[in-house]
Amino acid sequence: MRWEVRVTVRLKEGLNDPEGRVIESALRNLGYAVENLKVPKYFEFELESDNPEREVEEMCRRLLANPVIHTYEYRIEKVS
Amino acid sequence: MPKFAVIVFPGTNCDFETERAIRKAGGEAERIWYRESLKDFDGVILPGGFSYADYLRAGAIAARQEIMEEVKELSKEGKPVLGICNGFQILTESGLLPGALRPNRIPRFICKWVHLRVVDTETAFTSLYEPGEVIRMPIAHAEGNYYANDLSKVRITFQYSDGNGEIIEDANPNGSLLNIAGISNEKGNVLGMMPHPERASDRWLGGEDGLRVFSSMIEYAKR
Repeated sequence: MRWEVRVTVRLKEGLNDPEGRVIESALRNLGYAVENLKVPKYFEFELESDNPEREVEEMCRRLLANPVIHTYEYRIEKVS
Repeated sequence: MPKFAVIVFPGTNCDFETERAIRKAGGEAERIWYRESLKDFDGVILPGGFSYADYLRAGAIAARQEIMEEVKELSKEGKPVLGICNGFQILTESGLLPGALRPNRIPRFICKWVHLRVVDTETAFTSLYEPGEVIRMPIAHAEGNYYANDLSKVRITFQYSDGNGEIIEDANPNGSLLNIAGISNEKGNVLGMMPHPERASDRWLGGEDGLRVFSSMIEYAKR
């Protein structure tokens, strides 16, 4: 079965996101009242698998996220 | 004479300098492409650079290559494993050392000489330093901001300090917790550090405080 997968990896709450801070301050300099800007990482791919849940979970743990500093979430949909 | 493997991944760029520093310190060294095998070595160095162009996270992809299984085996045998800069990132990403290296507090590449305080001289790489000694080495990184959930399990080896060895915020170049510049595993045979000892291994480079990292490692491997 073929699946469409979308994974978002975020820095854990409370961890400083330097890239986010710079973009936030650039936006503020342009006059927007932006706050708490974060820069998550986003992955999308297709996956051939009989057990996509398990495999995607494993991919997140083994490579896409670093459990010391990240949380992750994903959406898996069947390719129509 | 102890012989060390200097592992080269695509994007590694401090391998020649590291090899040279080991030789200068009195050891033998060989640069090993990451697809080769690590047999017959007395220790391993993961040198600096930008393995896999720092894609995903610095060190993340190199850490998942097969050769790292051999590095883990070697470390279990008690042989010395040293990660410098990108090598430190690879060691945390592979779980050989605790914690993670995040982008610098101010997100840009920093390249400058810093002072370090040698905190722990009971490791395979610091036995020839004096406890509390203040040394100078250059740093060159964009992701050197050390973080760990639980610092009680972290064995700190080097801290960024001022010239008098004071651990002050002004001496912290990247936002590292507790000014951490290098840590080791519990046994002290695996060490990761952001500063580059190989770039401080000759007077004409600006200093040779880094050389004793390699000579300590050689002494340790002789035991």
